Amino acid sequence: MSFSNLTRRGVIKTGAVAGAGLALPTYLSAAAHTGFTNAPTGDTVTLGFNVPQSGPYADEGADELRAFELAVEHLNGMGDGGMLNTFSSKELKGDGIMGKKVQFVTGDTQTKSDAARASAQSMIQKDGAIMISGGSSSGVAVAVQDLCQSAGVVFMAGLTHSNDTTGKDKKANGFRHFFNAYMSAAALAPVLKELYGEDRAAYHLTADYTWGWTQQESIQASTEALGWSTVNNVLTPLAATDFSSYIAPVLNSGADVLILNHYGGNMVNSLTNAVQFGLRDKQINGKNFEIVVPLYSELMAQGAGKNIAGIVGSQNWDWKLENEKGDRYKGTNAFVQSFGEKYGFPPSQAAQTCYAQTLLYADAVARAGSFNPCAVGEALADFEFDGLGNGPTLYRAGDHQCFKDVVVVRGKENPENEFDLVEIVEVTPTEQVSYDVDHPMFAGGDLGECNPGA
Amino acid sequence: MDAILLQLLNGLDKGSAYALIALGLTLIFGTLGVVNFAHGAIFMIGAFCAVTLSKLFNMSHKATEPTGTDFLGNPKFDDILYVVDWFGEDAGAWMVDWAVPLAILFAVPIMLAVGFIMERGLIKHFYKRPHADQILVTFGLAIVLQEVIKYFYGANPIPTPAPEAFRGSFDFGVLLGFDPNAVIYPYWRLIYFAFSALIIGGVFAFLQFTTFGMVVRAGMADRETVGLLGINIDKRFTIMFGIAAAVAGLAGVMYAPINSPNYHMGMDFLVLSFVVVVVGGMGSLPGAVLAGFLLGILESFASMNEIKNILPGIDQIIIYLVAIIILLTRPRGLMGRKGVMED
Amino acid sequence: MLALTKKDLSLLLVVAVITLAAPIILNPFPSGSGMSQFNAGYPDLMQRFVIYGIFAIGFNILFGLTGYLSFGHAAFLGVGSYSAVWMFKLLSLNVIPAIMLSVVVAGLFSVLIGYVSLRRSGIYFSILTLAFAQMSFNLAYSVLTPLTNGETGLQLSLNDPRILDGASAATYPNLFGAQMNDSTTIALGNWSFTFSVGYYLCAILLLLAFYISIRIFRSPFGMMLRAVKSNQQRMNYTGLNTRPYTLAAFVISGMYAGLAGGLLASMDPLAGADRMQWTASGEVVLMTILGGAGTLLGPVLGAGFIKYFENIFSKINEGVLQAWFAFMPDGLQDFFVAIIYPFVGKGWHLTLGLMFMLVVIFLPGGLVEGGQRIGRMFRRKSRSETPDGKTTPAE
Repeated sequence: MSFSNLTRRGVIKTGAVAGAGLALPTYLSAAAHTGFTNAPTGDTVTLGFNVPQSGPYADEGADELRAFELAVEHLNGMGDGGMLNTFSSKELKGDGIMGKKVQFVTGDTQTKSDAARASAQSMIQKDGAIMISGGSSSGVAVAVQDLCQSAGVVFMAGLTHSNDTTGKDKKANGFRHFFNAYMSAAALAPVLKELYGEDRAAYHLTADYTWGWTQQESIQASTEALGWSTVNNVLTPLAATDFSSYIAPVLNSGADVLILNHYGGNMVNSLTNAVQFGLRDKQINGKNFEIVVPLYSELMAQGAGKNIAGIVGSQNWDWKLENEKGDRYKGTNAFVQSFGEKYGFPPSQAAQTCYAQTLLYADAVARAGSFNPCAVGEALADFEFDGLGNGPTLYRAGDHQCFKDVVVVRGKENPENEFDLVEIVEVTPTEQVSYDVDHPMFAGGDLGECNPGA
Repeated sequence: MDAILLQLLNGLDKGSAYALIALGLTLIFGTLGVVNFAHGAIFMIGAFCAVTLSKLFNMSHKATEPTGTDFLGNPKFDDILYVVDWFGEDAGAWMVDWAVPLAILFAVPIMLAVGFIMERGLIKHFYKRPHADQILVTFGLAIVLQEVIKYFYGANPIPTPAPEAFRGSFDFGVLLGFDPNAVIYPYWRLIYFAFSALIIGGVFAFLQFTTFGMVVRAGMADRETVGLLGINIDKRFTIMFGIAAAVAGLAGVMYAPINSPNYHMGMDFLVLSFVVVVVGGMGSLPGAVLAGFLLGILESFASMNEIKNILPGIDQIIIYLVAIIILLTRPRGLMGRKGVMED
Repeated sequence: MLALTKKDLSLLLVVAVITLAAPIILNPFPSGSGMSQFNAGYPDLMQRFVIYGIFAIGFNILFGLTGYLSFGHAAFLGVGSYSAVWMFKLLSLNVIPAIMLSVVVAGLFSVLIGYVSLRRSGIYFSILTLAFAQMSFNLAYSVLTPLTNGETGLQLSLNDPRILDGASAATYPNLFGAQMNDSTTIALGNWSFTFSVGYYLCAILLLLAFYISIRIFRSPFGMMLRAVKSNQQRMNYTGLNTRPYTLAAFVISGMYAGLAGGLLASMDPLAGADRMQWTASGEVVLMTILGGAGTLLGPVLGAGFIKYFENIFSKINEGVLQAWFAFMPDGLQDFFVAIIYPFVGKGWHLTLGLMFMLVVIFLPGGLVEGGQRIGRMFRRKSRSETPDGKTTPAE
């Protein structure tokens, strides 16, 4: 990869200027001489944290923001250092990033592509942010990732679970630490087999948009590989709030498992409705009727309350991981400790992924010795690390996806408090959730070349 | 057959929610002529009355002796509910369990007050203003109410379960000779249906059989003449506004166990309730109720797999499609009066 | 000049000067200072000001003149965006064909919806337009995904055919090679001003849109539309069919929305279904009313006002507040931060809602009325200061 001006874009630009004579003279551009967008000039560096602060995911966004603030504190050498102490790479010394003090700006994605891009643009154009992170849905993640690619800054995705983020819509400047729909399905399959047997009939309710489809496709494939049959897959409108008309026919369909490919408010409502209909108390085909929610989150579990009792799903991380599953997940306790000390409750998986992403970015800059997005990208490519709470992890070069263990959880029957709603059933090891870069569910995209911008 | 029966039941249940919300809106919008974009927010506040009461009953203090350690390793103290302290173990547990039904009593005065304050403090000054100004001010109010709730309760949905006795579902199918599990329906939704029938009946009876109701109906038809007869119609309209808020608020209270309330649930229902009122016809209370049930039932049928397989995505648009068809074939909706909000 | 009266011409000139100098006017605070948080002079936001200004100007031609309140105009914006992005993907990244197509497609779409919806008036019309827009939104999000890319939104991709572009063509939407995201930053002392190609393209189109809007307002056609607003029945009784006039107004405003959609996609090549949701339709209604429906300048002001709150106030977080009040003693600092914090950052909606209420309560004619009042205040003052001014005679 070349960092000189001889990139495709550079050549094109020169050509365009010479050809049309309409373009502004590029030599006037302030950032041109540094070789990349928003190169930090003073003794500070600015990161942009773009999270939902209004709309249904506002609480999740607030938790992400807490994690970002904590990460910045630790990078700048304040607080107890959190996961910096357990992180396998020791480049970060608590003196900011490459000696520059870390500053941050925040914005509201509103969980809308347009608003998220506007907010990210203002961070890039006005505040000079060199990296954008955060977000709580895949549509927004893909949209902002695309923007960062064309603006020439790094995007460290927050909570985004669709296969497309590092599949069909992957970009060279975008990186995802969070797991994805395929991994959820692969991690759940063996656990489902153990819990519910090989002879089951599944009924899918699927949110009618891209994430829902990839989730459904993934889980159908992996449950059918177990020997389960698929009775039906019903698409539900995103705007639906009452799922009764979709849930009512389930009991009489012959299915004995209901899989809810829903997230956020959709999931809270569909699960609440399903429990209202008494599905969990029924016996079908001589077996207990079961409900599965492939993607779990702490906030959704809170919203669904007692209804989550006994319901299985997957998570990227859980704050009890190190205590229950041992030293492999070191970093977890260090993070929970400093987050808990500061805010008074344990962090969510969204917080953990955002914290980890910030540290990973800072570390990549430090190892590369440059803020240039292309240098950062090279430093992250095939980077193997440990000590960030998920066990040994690989940032794969081919699609900028992290590969790590996936946690399978189940809603507790008698939760002790509102932060302790799930119990860890199993941790599915990395090998079982890995896939090839050109797996059909991830095909159709191209990372392209990294773009350092101006 | 059983599937159709099930969706009919479902439609009636959905429809009762739509009808109840639309009834409140049409009292304000169809009759007072105020485009009230804050109506969804009133529904939301109703649901949060249930949340608040349930939170109040769940207020607790710490036990004096620690019973273990929390996740940071600090000593942990058990929570002891105040209601248990005050009313004893059994009564306290009962109050926590029955918070939602009890919230009805709690919500009525609150919602009436909300309605009165809104009308006297704000809406009163906008009767003569253009509809555009009404939209702007009520939309602003809706945002403010919503943000205040978000500030205190967060953005996440808050689970507010129905009493233990009403959880689970009732097997209709067995009564009608179908197989078990063919036609089952949750108890709480059946209660919701009965409750809304009661409220709708109550509002109609009130308007139909009381002198107050007669005056209000006369006022809706011709406000000026009633005023000229020396009747203080303004005061009655204030009371109507309060009643409308109470109806929407009760719809919200009872809805809380069906879906966990969150701060923007009002906006989700806002557009829908306008569609229902207009399809029903401006200025017609029976129209709004009829349209509510009609749209609820059609929406339920549209989500049947058999129909979705023929017309994919039909459940996404059915309400709007029906609204267009009705408004094109019947110029003033189902039962609209001439001249109300037509210009 | 330009067939405008002196007053209209001066209004146009004022708007032209303000728009063209916006990169300077909107950056009044030196970068790096505490107040720079309030600077709005960066390309993306300025483009949004102008584009939503165009959208609102068009909406005002329908709503301000005829009184027909459409609650589904965002559908045209969305359709415009989708057509522009498809043009980028299939034909060329030059913005001209894309914008032209988006105006044409939005126009056709509005003929269709307008023809049906205008059969009813008042609230029935509003709900018909709302229903069409919500159907478009719901379908774009789900069933029409092959066409719209659903939730993610339609984007450019490296393997788009782009048949007119050669291998060496620009990779971002451009005007004959001048990329929309090209910009020049000029630093003057502590101030820095960014001039971008995209913004100036939008600005020129805004001026054009504004000029056309003035001409429509002053034309016999505009008079006819106003007559529809004041008493459509009387018009019908005189034997005049008003439908063609209202339909024309509807289509014109639909094309304005299409232009805005095309421009949005040109500045930032992504078209998402969110743009068609009822909240987006509601936003343009609010912009127009907030600024002053039926006035020439009002909708642009309203658009700027709402977009400013959305993009500037939402970014003020606790850290920023702490920095502002850092000069105060600790207790006082925390006090002020605690007071202001609920209204900014994640609470920006609250401030917006309050502003809506305050404006409509105290300025019944919208922001334009506010401006007029201030203007009158100054005029009165200056008049009373003249020695022979006709102030109240002293008794």
